[in-house]
Amino acid sequence: MDMSQYLEIFIEESKEHLQGLNQSLLQLEKNPQDVPILNEIFRVAHTLKGMAGTMGFNKMAKLTHDMENVLHALRNNEIKVNTNLVDLLFRCLDALENYVNEVVTKGTEGNEEYTEIIKGLDAVLNKNHAKDTVVSDAAAHTANTSNTTDIASTANTANTEGEKDAIEHITSNFKMNQYEHNLINKAIEINLNVFKIIVVLNKGCVLKSARAFIIFQTLERHGEIIKSEPRVEDIEDEKFDFEFTVVVISKRDAESFQKELMAISEVDDVIISTLHSNEVEDADEIKSEAQEVKTEVHQEENNTDVEEHQKVQTSKSNIKTGKTVRVDIDRLDVLMNLVSELIIIKTRLEGLEEIERNQNYNEVIEYFERVTTSLHDAVMKVRMVPIETVFNRFPRMLRDISRNLNKEIVLNMSGEDTELDRTVIDEIGDPLIHLLRNSADHGIESLDKRREVGKPDAGQINLRAYQDGNNVVIEVEDDGSGIDLEKVKKKAIDRGFVNKDAAKNLSQKDIIDFLFKPSFSTSETITDLSGRGVGLDVVKTKIETLGGMVEVDTEAGRGSKFIIRLPLTLAIIQALLVQINTEKYALPLNTIREIIKIKPEDIKQVQKQEIILLRNTIVPIIRIGERLDVPPSDKENKLLTVVVVKKGEKLSGFLVDNLIGQHEIVIKSLGKLLAGIKTIAGATILGDGNVALILDVNSLAV
Amino acid sequence: MAEAVLNTTQFVVFVLSDEEYGLDIQMVNTIEKMIPITRVPKTPSFIKGVINLRGDIVPIMDLKERFGLAMTEETEETRIIIVKFEDIQMGVIVDEVKEVIYINEEQIESTTSLAKEGLMENVLGAGKVDDRVITLLNIEKLVNISVKEG
Repeated sequence: MDMSQYLEIFIEESKEHLQGLNQSLLQLEKNPQDVPILNEIFRVAHTLKGMAGTMGFNKMAKLTHDMENVLHALRNNEIKVNTNLVDLLFRCLDALENYVNEVVTKGTEGNEEYTEIIKGLDAVLNKNHAKDTVVSDAAAHTANTSNTTDIASTANTANTEGEKDAIEHITSNFKMNQYEHNLINKAIEINLNVFKIIVVLNKGCVLKSARAFIIFQTLERHGEIIKSEPRVEDIEDEKFDFEFTVVVISKRDAESFQKELMAISEVDDVIISTLHSNEVEDADEIKSEAQEVKTEVHQEENNTDVEEHQKVQTSKSNIKTGKTVRVDIDRLDVLMNLVSELIIIKTRLEGLEEIERNQNYNEVIEYFERVTTSLHDAVMKVRMVPIETVFNRFPRMLRDISRNLNKEIVLNMSGEDTELDRTVIDEIGDPLIHLLRNSADHGIESLDKRREVGKPDAGQINLRAYQDGNNVVIEVEDDGSGIDLEKVKKKAIDRGFVNKDAAKNLSQKDIIDFLFKPSFSTSETITDLSGRGVGLDVVKTKIETLGGMVEVDTEAGRGSKFIIRLPLTLAIIQALLVQINTEKYALPLNTIREIIKIKPEDIKQVQKQEIILLRNTIVPIIRIGERLDVPPSDKENKLLTVVVVKKGEKLSGFLVDNLIGQHEIVIKSLGKLLAGIKTIAGATILGDGNVALILDVNSLAV
Repeated sequence: MAEAVLNTTQFVVFVLSDEEYGLDIQMVNTIEKMIPITRVPKTPSFIKGVINLRGDIVPIMDLKERFGLAMTEETEETRIIIVKFEDIQMGVIVDEVKEVIYINEEQIESTTSLAKEGLMENVLGAGKVDDRVITLLNIEKLVNISVKEG
């Protein structure tokens, strides 16, 4: 067996566990008395330690071990939760995260040992050592109680024990073939011991096959495994429950195996029975034989309380793991592409005119359409990930920020279950971090200031996500001072973005737009967090590359709100096909406000810009054909078709020759060679097999 | 085959304005008949647009225009050669595809002196086969253009 195949699982699982720890720790800070949370933290830390140990990441295991000691002391009420301790634990998590990242990039855990943190952990424990005797007394006491409860629980389950045994150790029921019999008999003849070892893994064990691998390795150091049930291949593929049985030939005795195997973490039980030559003849009877040297050793940490909690936990997670499959995103992309092709063919079939259409044909086409639509939805759903995966690191981040800035900030999150395409999820984290930091640093006022203006001490930041039609909206809102428009305007004049006279006529939106210009910052002092002038422009660019947009709402003294709109998916969209002379172009339907017909004389000139009046709003007209160098058509139309599109809140009118209709189109990239063309967002294949370009409304509109 | 010895490369030989050119066959994916090309605005004139190649969007370049050769009419023989260099796929329009031949390293002569301007840097060398001279093109240079809207 090769460890590398577990590396990925290890990385994924560790990240999940670390994330979970971060969240639980935050909760613990709020409710230091919350025993279930503490138990949960302990459990996860323990699992992490086990995983790190399994993978041979000893430094990581050592750190988690020390952390576990502190948690243990916490649980036994030897020490109390306080901010410093939580800080220290958070630093542990950061260190562990660094280990994991190191593993991601280099495949090893690196050399950093974080001695300072370990010392810190030791110090926390040593403070208690003054009352050493008390502690050990207490420990003895807990040991006692756990023993008694153990007995009680065994008594309770005693009735069912017999049945359970039969069910539990299914794997011990196997027959050996002639070859194996001979092998065992020979071994016994030359005075070697033959053991049948039933290993029961902890139900919470996450890397079962890796664990099994370690057990196999341990066994093979001192003996030879001649039989395994289930087969080694199945164990490698995790095709077993939580136990397996092996037959081992060795010089050593049962006890030393017992000891060594029990020392491997996440091993719940090891049952070793010695095989004698006569038993071998009838392997089925082995079970009923009295020679079973059955010793059940419970792991010391497994005090009943935790166990119970674990049961609840595992039953929960079992349901989940039983139903999920980790799939490489590339494979999903392939599937997605195939579905895209299918949709193109569907559109093509619909467009066929030459063939004779009859009822039957139409029914088939309709059915086909329904199936492709469902298929498309299904594939899209597979790619959807709840935004929670991005959101869940923010509480921790804001805790650190608020401590850093000496502000009291409460983060309220909602809509974590809103789903977005995986590709969007991967990219949206950084912009959101920027915005949250921005709100914490620029938005929320200092404590003194807040008191002065009569606001509650704690600043509120609301992070909301919700679906709005074909878009997902994410809002970052704070109840801070709002954007100082005058200051922004002044800065814009200083920077030469606008001259003084023109600045007088700027609308609030225009002024806010300056914030998104590169190297524009209103923060007078540079802090760790913001003020270096990188930020909002990066946020805007990122969101726009994702096909979304950012809007800002602000009110002086009341706070500001950043609103991000993102498309649900990046791959297949509804589009309006338009014709300009002979060329066909696609416009994403979600950018279109309405379509109007106007007379040529409706177009007016204002400062060299052609405009029309649409219900008393001025809408600039853009002659798309000219912008795209399409040769002008000879036809003079009495009525002109204007597609009114929106860019943010602003409207523009695109002048086109003809409307073809609404289609579902598959967005394809123009490729590396033509990636620099801003006015074109991509291409799509039409029903007739030809290519139509998709216009980038954001760069064409004024 | 006798010629197929070491240091021999196979080239696809094609015609541009009555001159013979060659492309390393390793870089040639397929050869297609002319299909409708969709014009892409804001590109240099030698980029004719994009085609749908079995679901992939592939940009098409007119080599005659790129090299400043005399223009010729599209005929029955006009082809699009789809080339691929690293992850860039591109089609080039040629007047006619003639054959695939083996050219020995010794038959290739450096061409720094004799090539036309604009063509020179795109040329690997001149392959002399019997009494023919075939200009061998450097695909890496051909696809190495950046198209930016100015």
